[in-house]
Amino acid sequence: MPPERPEGFIMAMIIIDGQEIEAEAGSMIIQAADKADIYIPRFCYHEKLSIAANCRMCLVEVEKAPKPLPACATPITDGMVIHTVSEQAVEAQQGTMEFLLINHPLDCPICDQGGECPLQDQALGYGGDVSRFSEGKRVVDDPDIGPLIETEMTRCIHCTRCVRFGQEVAGIMELGAIGRGEDMKIATVVGRTVDSEVSGNVIDLCPVGALTSKPYRFSARAWELASHDAISPHDCLGSNLNIQTAHDTVKRVLPRTNGHVNECWLSDRDRFSYEGVNSPDRLLQPLVRVGDRFEEVAWEVALQRAATALSDIGKAQGPGAIGALASPTATLEEFFLLQQLMRGLGSDNVDHRLRQRDFRDDSFTALFPGTELPIEQIQDAACVLLVGCHLRKELPLVALRVREMCRLGGQVAALNPMDYEQNFPLTEALVVAPSALPAALARIAMARVGQVEVSEELRQWAELIPDSEDFARTAKMLSDVEGEVVVVLGQIAAQHREASALRAIASWLAQHTGIRLAFLPEANGAAAWIAGCVPHRQANGDGVQEPGLNVSQMLSARLSAYLLFGLEPTMDLAATGNLVSALSDASFVLSFSAFRSAVPAQADVVFPLAPFTESAGTYVNCDGRAQSVEAAMDPRGMARPGWKILRVLGNYLALPGFDYITVDDVRSRVNLSLPEVVCRLEEGCPLPGAASKSVPWSVESQRFERVVDVPIYDVDPIVRRASSLQRTRDHSLATVHMNKEQLLALNVKAGDSVRVVADADEVRLTITPDDRVLGGCVYIPMGSAATAPLGGADYIALKVIR
Amino acid sequence: MGEVEVVAELSPEVVAKVAAEVAKYPERRAAVKSALRYAQAEHGWVSGGVVQAVAQLLELEPIEVYEVATFYDMFYTEPVGRHQLRVCTNISCMLRGAGSIVELLEHKLGVKVGGTSEDGRVTLLAAECLGACGGAPMLVCGDDYFEDLTEEKLDHLLAELD
Repeated sequence: MPPERPEGFIMAMIIIDGQEIEAEAGSMIIQAADKADIYIPRFCYHEKLSIAANCRMCLVEVEKAPKPLPACATPITDGMVIHTVSEQAVEAQQGTMEFLLINHPLDCPICDQGGECPLQDQALGYGGDVSRFSEGKRVVDDPDIGPLIETEMTRCIHCTRCVRFGQEVAGIMELGAIGRGEDMKIATVVGRTVDSEVSGNVIDLCPVGALTSKPYRFSARAWELASHDAISPHDCLGSNLNIQTAHDTVKRVLPRTNGHVNECWLSDRDRFSYEGVNSPDRLLQPLVRVGDRFEEVAWEVALQRAATALSDIGKAQGPGAIGALASPTATLEEFFLLQQLMRGLGSDNVDHRLRQRDFRDDSFTALFPGTELPIEQIQDAACVLLVGCHLRKELPLVALRVREMCRLGGQVAALNPMDYEQNFPLTEALVVAPSALPAALARIAMARVGQVEVSEELRQWAELIPDSEDFARTAKMLSDVEGEVVVVLGQIAAQHREASALRAIASWLAQHTGIRLAFLPEANGAAAWIAGCVPHRQANGDGVQEPGLNVSQMLSARLSAYLLFGLEPTMDLAATGNLVSALSDASFVLSFSAFRSAVPAQADVVFPLAPFTESAGTYVNCDGRAQSVEAAMDPRGMARPGWKILRVLGNYLALPGFDYITVDDVRSRVNLSLPEVVCRLEEGCPLPGAASKSVPWSVESQRFERVVDVPIYDVDPIVRRASSLQRTRDHSLATVHMNKEQLLALNVKAGDSVRVVADADEVRLTITPDDRVLGGCVYIPMGSAATAPLGGADYIALKVIR
Repeated sequence: MGEVEVVAELSPEVVAKVAAEVAKYPERRAAVKSALRYAQAEHGWVSGGVVQAVAQLLELEPIEVYEVATFYDMFYTEPVGRHQLRVCTNISCMLRGAGSIVELLEHKLGVKVGGTSEDGRVTLLAAECLGACGGAPMLVCGDDYFEDLTEEKLDHLLAELD
């Protein structure tokens, strides 16, 4: 967190080590030195954190100052002459280092940080050669602060980077400095764990071996790892990863700094999902069904079987009887080849919007969903309205930028189906039942736009719920601020039963005001749109003669053949109601899967798919930023990158245009010089009529409106198999959440079992008191095995088991 | 994962006193010390539950309150006896025999420094300079200073405590 820049900053001329440098007056010496590539040792200073000046390692000599000064906390004035390697500076640095090492164990060979440790490096560069300290050292106990971060607090040098990260960047202060003097230590409140979704960053920030990665602990040394660039496939930000491998295994994942995308941070999901890739559940051989079991076969056999079945069905029932569903985490090249394959067969039934349920506005959608205000400008915006968006868990690093926006004076309002905890202050927190989301947005939009003619449909939507002060206040907030205003429709909005109404109302609002929109795609969804992995458009936005079937239509239409690309059908689809019967009735199911247990029982042929670490490909983030990477490592076993499998399958089917040699050949078929993002619906898109009011809830009916979202560590098959993430507190959500009043009304208590019935399916879950949920609603997430049979059902009945 | 203690109940009187303190400052967090003082007076010590209760009252993260509670000597983050004897062991008192005063008390109470007598009556603590060097060696019990300590004075003091 850099200090705030004064109005019209002034430049000053300074001299560092004889080098004349122009620097901003009032900025710190260390910042000017960094810009001039003059290295000053440091531990507590970090460019993204506030200045603490408590390690004293950056002491330098400043002429005319009576004693050495800390470079991180000494503001520059004109004419300053600074020496970083003079006798005085070196003596001060060596003295500081000697004191730091008094209580620090000198056993680098048994420390996990050894070899990549700033303290080790700087002790070598700036310390003495022999310790004069022969007394006993301080020993500090190591608290268990959760499954991701290992602690060895005896090594801590009290730089407080981790504390400041929590306070300033993450927004949830979990670590603190307790005790004082000799007894000071970094810890959580007794018994608490660090639960932030960006907690792993303290591992990178810690300049010693006090906070290290628990899953990576003692499994490799920094110098034996090979580094590879990669892009995270788990959300639509496309964080830049540095995948580190040894002996054909991913050992860990670190961030690659990219100021446009993830800065120097990573979310825990991106950092630790590699454990899923290493999971023993990986599928390493092609399989074909023989009777009621699978048999491992050679690739040629599996490919031939699939090609024969697909062309037979195409001939017998017509190509329209074949449908393909792709996971939104696939690469651009995979999306392109999958749709090319399907369209080569003559079918437009191809889609990646697995959890979307409302497709009525398909023909009015932009080239791809994204953010009209680039991510890197969000901190400079004036106001953000989140609609159906749990930003912290959907896009953890964008939430950090929104937090920074708030620090700079911006305001945030949220319109959500439950009162999510945010890591930034909310000026307005509007909580309405899920079914009332479009109505509430209509109320806000109408109040914001004011005196224009309003269509009958919009009025009907608004009138579904009574007007309230809250809507008017939120609208006033949107109009009163000076600067960019962004309305963000998150995953809860995208997966809403009336998603097209939400998009249409937001677009209407944007058309009548200067407001910018953000329709957040799921994972690499933007690439899927551009590559034509949607039923109504080909690659590059080219039209189709007759749109194919979307996800829900494909499942309800009972097709003869399904291609499932990279998804775990029971947990990645919203419409699970039709799923089992659709797959059972199909005469051929082809599954591309990286994991054995993600293969549906009904599959006939299974191709082992290489996950993102083992496949080259392109990811397009919500800014329309296309990022291409090579595979970090060779595929394990007989698994192969999706683009290669699809290309060869195209050859087996004798489809034209499948003569690609490299992944670049595939990529060149898609135009990636993308225009500035405009995600709003095209003008003239009709607003669908208002859905009739929902049945009011009563204790007697025991029928509830369901708040549904996908928890952060349940978004895709890889994350679901990342064992450490699955042990965090964010994972224990698959229960029935309801507020305490409702618990009393139903005469149940925490931990009781209930049967949850949705349509024909039911599951047994326990109850969690949760006052974030409104009366008449229950919150039951999707994405995990426990809640899979419920799919995305909006209404459920509860039957208490006595 | 350890057990997280349940939030302690603060009496309406404490809540009111804290509200009065909060009103004095531009920021709520400025009232942490006062709030902890009132809460400790009611609960005897600052348990994890008290930390959470104070945090909720002041709209802070529990760790922010815990940092303050562990920084100051006179907040007890472990249970203590009904009375706390804080014997100064700083330089003046040390030169005037604080060491033997501590030993005597350890012997009489049957505890080590930091410990609480078995009957839960007295906790023996060592303290840094309490600003009464003129009366060294000395100790503090409750709000009272006891100076120029001798064994007789200690016996008398211990006999007085309920």
